[in-house]
Amino acid sequence: MDDLIADFVAECREMLEALGGEIVAWEAEPHDRARLDSIFRFVHTVKGNCGFFDFPRLEALSHAAEDALADVRAGRRQADGALVSAVLAVIDRIGEMVAAIEAGEDFPGGDDSALIASLEPGVEAAAAPAVATTHDGSGRASSAPRTIRLSVELLDRVMSTVSDMVLARNELARRLRESASDVPVDGAFERLSSIIAEMRDAITRTRMQRIENLFVALPRMVRDLSTELGKQVLVDIEGGDVELDREMIEMIRDPLTHIIRNAVDHGIEKPADRLAAGKREIGVLAVSARQSGNQILIDIHDDGRGIDGQKLVDKAVANGVIGKDEAAQLSHRDQLALIFEAGLSTAAQVTAISGRGVGMDVVRSNIERIGGIVEVDSKLGEGTRMTLRVPLTLTIIPALTVSIAGQHFAIPRSAIEEIVRANGESVTLEHLGGAGIATIRGRRVPEVSLATILGLKSQVEANDRTLIVLRPAGGDVYALSVDRIHDHEELVVKPAAPAVMATGLYAGTTLADDGSPILLMDPAGIAEVGGVKLETQERTARIAESPTAAASRAAPVLLFRGLEGGRRALRLAVVDRIEEVPAAAVREAAGQLRVQLGEAILPLAGAAGVDLGTDKVRLFRLNDGTNEIGYAFAEVIDFAAIESDVIHAELPGEVSGVSLINGEPAELVDAHWLFASHVGAAVRAREELVCRMPLEDPWMQNMLRPIVEAAGYRVIGEGSEADADLIIATQGAELPKDGSSSTIWLRADPEAAGKKDESIYRYDRAGLLMALKSVAGRKGK
Amino acid sequence: MNELLLVVTIAGERVALPAAAVESVVELDTLIPVPRAAPHVAGLSALRSRVLTVIDCMRSLELGHTNCSDGIREAAVVELDGHHYALIVDLVEDVVEELSAPAPVRAAMGTGWERVSQGMVETEGGPLLLVDVAALIAGVETKAA
Repeated sequence: MDDLIADFVAECREMLEALGGEIVAWEAEPHDRARLDSIFRFVHTVKGNCGFFDFPRLEALSHAAEDALADVRAGRRQADGALVSAVLAVIDRIGEMVAAIEAGEDFPGGDDSALIASLEPGVEAAAAPAVATTHDGSGRASSAPRTIRLSVELLDRVMSTVSDMVLARNELARRLRESASDVPVDGAFERLSSIIAEMRDAITRTRMQRIENLFVALPRMVRDLSTELGKQVLVDIEGGDVELDREMIEMIRDPLTHIIRNAVDHGIEKPADRLAAGKREIGVLAVSARQSGNQILIDIHDDGRGIDGQKLVDKAVANGVIGKDEAAQLSHRDQLALIFEAGLSTAAQVTAISGRGVGMDVVRSNIERIGGIVEVDSKLGEGTRMTLRVPLTLTIIPALTVSIAGQHFAIPRSAIEEIVRANGESVTLEHLGGAGIATIRGRRVPEVSLATILGLKSQVEANDRTLIVLRPAGGDVYALSVDRIHDHEELVVKPAAPAVMATGLYAGTTLADDGSPILLMDPAGIAEVGGVKLETQERTARIAESPTAAASRAAPVLLFRGLEGGRRALRLAVVDRIEEVPAAAVREAAGQLRVQLGEAILPLAGAAGVDLGTDKVRLFRLNDGTNEIGYAFAEVIDFAAIESDVIHAELPGEVSGVSLINGEPAELVDAHWLFASHVGAAVRAREELVCRMPLEDPWMQNMLRPIVEAAGYRVIGEGSEADADLIIATQGAELPKDGSSSTIWLRADPEAAGKKDESIYRYDRAGLLMALKSVAGRKGK
Repeated sequence: MNELLLVVTIAGERVALPAAAVESVVELDTLIPVPRAAPHVAGLSALRSRVLTVIDCMRSLELGHTNCSDGIREAAVVELDGHHYALIVDLVEDVVEELSAPAPVRAAMGTGWERVSQGMVETEGGPLLLVDVAALIAGVETKAA
């Protein structure tokens, strides 16, 4: 009997939890049949079970609620505010009673008749209690997946057994490799391996729970609070599918509740105040969860009145939390952070909900106890954002394993922005006063060596290392150099011992597949220990970027392997992004290959005459400012740069020339030709015109060249041997005699020097275009 | 019933660990160092699917350090605050019964021993120093802070 009661209690609790959101949704939309049905199902289940267990009070309550809801279902009655509130009250009472049963206590005192009476329709003629129970409980199972209850210890034990099994499997694999291989044995072993892998996967997920379980109760809570306070609040929840360890969910339940109560109580204003402040009368409370690096971020944002930092400071000074001098030096952020000090609350009066000043400090200490952080940001009059960052310990995270001096470490993959070779073409490493600076495609990022930070002796030369560009949660990018990169792995991270965590470098430990422990690095910790200043970084990086780009004559290109296997390069500037589509998205339509990318259908180049197979197709999305085309490729090789020593193709086509890139020849894809031949059929076939200009002049290279190219010329540098149809030069420059070419002289002065001066002012765009056209016209004939 | 004690040798000295605190005695072979951790943290090791934080007891007692490069070391596995530690010892001898409650040692001991001492206990084999496992794990640094 006790077992049965325990099952009943568990079932009720689960349904109650799931119901919280449903009821509020039902209130907003009383005609929503699905919600009504699920609430009805709940009271119906409770009623059915009560008869069996002999809980007369529960039975009377659930029976009354069932009757009322049955009337609504049958259309005899309309769901109104009064009914919803009454049903809510009944469900709450049922919840209290279920809790009492679970605890083995007597029912809370009180009379239920008032509750039952409130369910009666107010003015309507008393409808006959039509308990035409045509509704059986069969629909129940469909509402939620079937569940059983297990203790976490049992799960832990299963999990550790499975881990042992994986290790045993690895041991067996080693033995098998050593002995002479036997095909049937290998086959059987392979099958065993895949089963174990699957099992491990499943069992690890048993500990994980969607954060939805925590969020599902929020709408109801906010509804009750706002009703009580006479406010209108809309709850917007996002990211319920983020998975978190069960225990972690329990740990953040109270802090989250507290923050939300605060937001509704203190943050969001009364409707009249909101209107007066020029806001919509309904306040919005947005709660979202997402995974970021080795942390889960939970954002609680309200658009209420915000926190008055100065008021907090005044109060803190008055309470003696901080001194006056200290107070004057606080930044806005520091001022807001005072809210977490014990004994501070800006609420003018203490309410029943919150505001006794014993809240936020408790919230902070609770979150910090599980290794998390609470952050607050607020704009007076506009709202407040609270961010809970809780660690992912015990959760599965994808990580990259790297090695330094033979020892392996793991780095959370989500913090990794890109991986480049230190000796790659687009990367340079410099040392300024001992500090490392890496320049990656014109972007300056601080560089730290993991070997130096860890105090390990690396056998690998600085230039042969690999740079991992990291963006820690909430921080800015930096590059971490490591000896070697190994593998992507899914790791189950466990908290490390305090003595290990004290280094500030590690986020936890984990076991590799071969059973040896691996330390998981904390990207933010590395930056801190490595002395990287994360906050000031982005600005300096931007400043560094522009002069580098302007000073570089070399055009950055993307080196890749085409589908037909050729090594090719494409100017980086025309590549918008890289997409991956199923091969089925590519088809021949209206006379050419086209690819579907979301809503858009783009012409596809680079795939003509190549069998795409059935797998995924990767493609560059090229953009010339107005049109887009796709260009299929096999793989990206590197970012590189070409100097102007390009051997141009004889005939215009997809490939405009060949050049040495990273020591090997690569075909340069002519983006202009691609657009010309794929976008708009009106492009007439004509001989390409060649224009020679001094490309070492940055102005020519960056400003003039695009205009000339847009006019249909191919641009070559002065060093090029090719015949030019047109020469562009700065006035006064010396030119080799070339009778066949036309020459456009450019002058820096807006005013012409005299009547015979045929030069064009360098910013006279119309004049330039006219000159370009006239040369093209002459040649075209 | 009297408490059971695990008699081990650390730095050539026979001392007692509360046997109830010790989960198992293992032989460590591989040791993964933890760069930048406190010196008495010798590294990490795996016992079945658990990660053990390996504590060099000699270091913790400021009595030099154990040479971990020569392969297998004996260690006592203990659990503290949900984390598992392996305490490297020279030798694990025996389990004996405690015959008296710990009494203060009134003679002057080395500073390291002083820090981890829980007193002297009588056993059949004579008096032994009862070592505080938590203090051993904490090492010198936390004490100084």
